[in-house]
Amino acid sequence: MTGVPVIGATGLASGYRGRTVWSGAGFSVADGEFLTVLGPNGAGKSTLLRMILGLLRPAAGTLRVFGEPPLRGNPAIGYVPQRRALDPDLGVRAADMVGLGVDGHRWGVGVSPAKRRERADAVSHALASVGAAPLAGRAVGRLSGGEQQRLQLAQALVARPRLLLLDEPLASLDLRSQQEVSQLVADLRAEYGFTVVLVTHDINPVLAVTDRVMYIAGGGVSVGRPADVITSASLSRLYQAEVEVLTDSRGRLFVVGLDAETAHPHSPRGARS
Amino acid sequence: MTAALASQGYGFLTGPGWNLVADARYMLGFAFMRNAFAAGTASALVAGLVGYFVVLRASSFAAHAISHIGFAGAAGAVLLGVNPVLGVGVLSLTASVGMGLLGRRLRGRDVVIGLVMAASLGLGYLFISLYTGNATDAYAVLFGQIFGITTGAVQITVLTSVVVLALLAAGYRPLLFASLDEEVAEARGIRVGAVGLGFMVLLALAVSEAVQVSGVLLIFALLVAPGAIAGRVFRRPAAALALSAGLAVLITWASLALAFYTPYPVSFYVTSLAFVLYLGARAMTGRAGLGRRLSAAVRPSREPSADTGPPATVRL
Repeated sequence: MTGVPVIGATGLASGYRGRTVWSGAGFSVADGEFLTVLGPNGAGKSTLLRMILGLLRPAAGTLRVFGEPPLRGNPAIGYVPQRRALDPDLGVRAADMVGLGVDGHRWGVGVSPAKRRERADAVSHALASVGAAPLAGRAVGRLSGGEQQRLQLAQALVARPRLLLLDEPLASLDLRSQQEVSQLVADLRAEYGFTVVLVTHDINPVLAVTDRVMYIAGGGVSVGRPADVITSASLSRLYQAEVEVLTDSRGRLFVVGLDAETAHPHSPRGARS
Repeated sequence: MTAALASQGYGFLTGPGWNLVADARYMLGFAFMRNAFAAGTASALVAGLVGYFVVLRASSFAAHAISHIGFAGAAGAVLLGVNPVLGVGVLSLTASVGMGLLGRRLRGRDVVIGLVMAASLGLGYLFISLYTGNATDAYAVLFGQIFGITTGAVQITVLTSVVVLALLAAGYRPLLFASLDEEVAEARGIRVGAVGLGFMVLLALAVSEAVQVSGVLLIFALLVAPGAIAGRVFRRPAAALALSAGLAVLITWASLALAFYTPYPVSFYVTSLAFVLYLGARAMTGRAGLGRRLSAAVRPSREPSADTGPPATVRL
């Protein structure tokens, strides 16, 4: 694609307090691309997102976002953190929660009627595009996990980001919801035209919609098309252990040969059956 | 102090005339009542607004602890012959800044906070027992003594409220964002650590003010109950904030008036009214709340009642 890559990294390393988590990452993410970041728990996937957000400095190497060093609070980035259970007594309206994505970072109370109308329009549009328009007046604490996640998405979209970062949006969802969320993100990318970086530990729900994958494991990073990265040879190199990738009759991928400590199976559900 | 205590009886002896305007005029004819209303209103406004955020941030235990730690300051101030509220202010500010610096690590530190709180109460008790004078001042800090407030203290209270309100207005949106969704707020460039620390300072100021009305022990009634009620009633944060502040002020006014016309203390009324209102809000808004059941009962049911079992036996 043309122009400056949305994300560019050379020799990038992640770590804190002198301990390197992963290193030697060189990659670039093109405008409008869908990149899925994979890897076992604790491999440093969320750390990559925090570096892109400018909340964490790279341990080594350079990282560029829209051609610039990462900027804390960059309004061009939408962020959906890993979902946590909200207090069920949290009686704040969904629309107000989403509205924070518009002007929640500004000082003051925000009383200008024109701005408030603008904000309300942006909120209802964002809610509609994630299929959550009927939730606008509901209390967020009483919504289901999936509904809360749609609100998080709407909150990120409402500021019209050019880059959307999603941290484990598929965790603790059933298989059907995982596919729905993946498809929703893909549809939104088509509608809004942003770039997507999605962190997950299970490739299967996003296999149909992702352009490339980044696999973080064993202190290293490997980037490429799923068919090139998620292979027995490529992952064995990354893990520095004998790893095998199996494909089932429906094209789902399973990584086997890792003990529970070094890696998370690609699909816990599949691994158990 | 004794003059103020004696003056408390005025209204009780005459009794209300059940003409609200005349009664209010009579009550406000006393300088100590005007002082109590001025300081009570200023403290209640701040307590109601800050209290809503206390509930949103689930930091009511921190608020409770700050007030109890403040008690050691009050008792120390009494021992030194300084204004006890100043002592509350100094120690609760210290405690809140300490907790604010812990930031996110504050969560799950209930044991540590509780121990510091207990140690402070113990220290306060020591100060009181060392104090050879009249213990009324320390007692007043525990249970509130708004009728004894001096004009100078009223001025300081009102000024503190103005400062807190201005800071809350300036930081409203970032504070709301950081309270509801800390991670996204941080990603959007809000210094959530600084916002949290700033909020703890506002909380310490609110506690120091509210202690005058409700006392250290009963602070929950004024600082947490209105916010908790408002959060149940309204889903829009702005509306909930307004209700929380309004409730705190109404509770305070009603308590001052009731205490003026009866021989019972202000903070007893504050806690009782807050508790009753909270129960009412729970009953009206709960999952199986009265409000829902009432609105369901009003709606005509499509099916005939399936409840056609044998008639209930009446036990005598």
